[in-house]
Amino acid sequence: MQKEAAIREPLILGHKTYHDITEDVCRPIEDKAPKMWYTLFGIALIIGLYGVGCILYLLGTGIGVWGLNKTIGWAWDITNFVWWVGIGHAGTLISAVLLLFRQKWRMAINRSAEAMTIFAVFMAGLFPLIHMGRLWVGYWVLPLPNQFGSLWVNFNSPLLWDVFAISTYLSVSLVFWYIGLIPDFATIRDRAKKPLSKKMYSILSFGWSGRAKHWNRFELVSLVLAGLATPLVFSVHSIVSFDFATSVIPGWHTTIFPPYFVAGAVFSGFAMVQTLLLVMRKAMGLEAYIHTKHVEYMNIVIMVTGSIVGTAYITELFISWYSGVEYESYAFINRATGPYWWAYFSMMTCNVVSPQLMWIPKLRRSLMFTFFISIVVNIGMWFERYVIIVTSIHRDYIPAAWSMHFPSHIDIGVYIGTIGLFFVFFLLFARFFPVLALNEVKTILKGSGQSYKESPDYHKHH
Amino acid sequence: MSDKVIYVMYDDDEALKDSAKKLVSKGVKISEVFSPFPIHGIDPIIGIKNTRLGIMAFLYGITGLTVATLGMRYFMVSDWPMNIGGKPNFTYLDNMLAFVPISFEFTVLCAAHGMAITYLLRNKTLPGMPAQNPDPRTTDDKFVMEIRLNENHGITEAELDEMLKETGFFELDKKEIN
Repeated sequence: MQKEAAIREPLILGHKTYHDITEDVCRPIEDKAPKMWYTLFGIALIIGLYGVGCILYLLGTGIGVWGLNKTIGWAWDITNFVWWVGIGHAGTLISAVLLLFRQKWRMAINRSAEAMTIFAVFMAGLFPLIHMGRLWVGYWVLPLPNQFGSLWVNFNSPLLWDVFAISTYLSVSLVFWYIGLIPDFATIRDRAKKPLSKKMYSILSFGWSGRAKHWNRFELVSLVLAGLATPLVFSVHSIVSFDFATSVIPGWHTTIFPPYFVAGAVFSGFAMVQTLLLVMRKAMGLEAYIHTKHVEYMNIVIMVTGSIVGTAYITELFISWYSGVEYESYAFINRATGPYWWAYFSMMTCNVVSPQLMWIPKLRRSLMFTFFISIVVNIGMWFERYVIIVTSIHRDYIPAAWSMHFPSHIDIGVYIGTIGLFFVFFLLFARFFPVLALNEVKTILKGSGQSYKESPDYHKHH
Repeated sequence: MSDKVIYVMYDDDEALKDSAKKLVSKGVKISEVFSPFPIHGIDPIIGIKNTRLGIMAFLYGITGLTVATLGMRYFMVSDWPMNIGGKPNFTYLDNMLAFVPISFEFTVLCAAHGMAITYLLRNKTLPGMPAQNPDPRTTDDKFVMEIRLNENHGITEAELDEMLKETGFFELDKKEIN
């Protein structure tokens, strides 16, 4: 049994036994869903269906229904894409990077954060696909032999790197998540009383029996997957940033993009995790497992990555002046003082100022304040991508071509729709899946549980 | 050949580990342990070797890297060399840097999926497989040790019962199997 310092706050509050953990996690799945769940699900579904409607209209009519023009060929779609991919990054960071660092607090949040990752990457993947306009030829992005002779996709293009990065990221995250879910599904299966749910969970649990050898393999597979997912998560957002950084557009052509984007992704992802978990812990009665300490740890991550993002903004600004390139400096002066100053201002306030408030222990331990900041950060990070993408291209080299981007209602509908669809997926997950890695949480009960830490023989040697 | 299986249930992981240690030191062979979560340190006690799935992941990764390298060399260099912005692809090395991201992604893709599939196949945990844990509580808060009489020829059933009683188990269940 692993011991930890007595002054460390316990990760599991109250006097829980192994059985209590099973009960606490499985009860919301086995009980009838509360009215609130149906209400939220209904709202999310309506918004999601509206989004689907907008997408169908877009596919039927063409990309012209977006507010794009000759100068601004990329705007909301790619902004939303990068925003969603960024949100996805927290899940893998929590489950993979924190596993490698042996951070035990990840166990209470990794399952739902990974679910969030997967659903966020689904939403992200939608945007490049619908931007093709002709969804049905989406498979052309793959290097498949075709009827046009020796025509292959361009492996020198960051857009193709992105295809590989996002699909690898999505499928590897999915596998990582599912491998962890199998033993927990087995727990639900063995408790299930209704024949239908017994059948469903026994299919989902793949016949898991918890043999010692299987657990031995399970631990190694988790470790190796974490080892593979860690560089993967850094590579994915680096590659997303290459979409811009490898171009020659002032404002995009920036060598600090990869680390800056990765930090921003983790920053926004943790904010989304906070938004979701603060509601979920309350709604599902998981306050003993996800409590102030977990929130505080996540706020520290937000503070650190927010500071990196802030540093990157200032560096960018400084370098644009220091480079002596007129176009480069103009891109940044225009960002801050041009017609999109309000977007730049929102980005700076939400992403640079707000995380700095987390230096104050009282604030970063306040759940209401955290929830508020998490929303602010989500908004700020959306503006960051909008600022980078739109302000860099709306005034190019020829003033005659200068233009403004105004989103059409389809732009807005598709974006809002993806938020709806995301919540549809997440609510289904919260209803039918174990939202806590319950069997993993049991492994830390004796080391980090409150009742064990307070018992007199905790610090005796075994 | 008929055999008798004894399922000894404990309500604590440490209790199971301690008694497994005692039993093994008395020469009892424990054929299996079922638990709701990994019991750290049980593997060497009951003689379970460390898995070699890590080596497999490495091999799958190498395979992915090779496929990606050969593939991109074929697509971009030999089959249809594209001249992009005056930077032609005459050799693989000319263009290697542009191939790094996909080589990496494909390596990870193959390693992760190859290992995951091997893991599921080796465990025989696949959709539709029946559960084999002797008691539904072993996925909740109980820990079960499986001892087979046929694997313990030197020990009589009575002797074994005596040894087990000393370990302070939670429940004991015996089953005849043919």
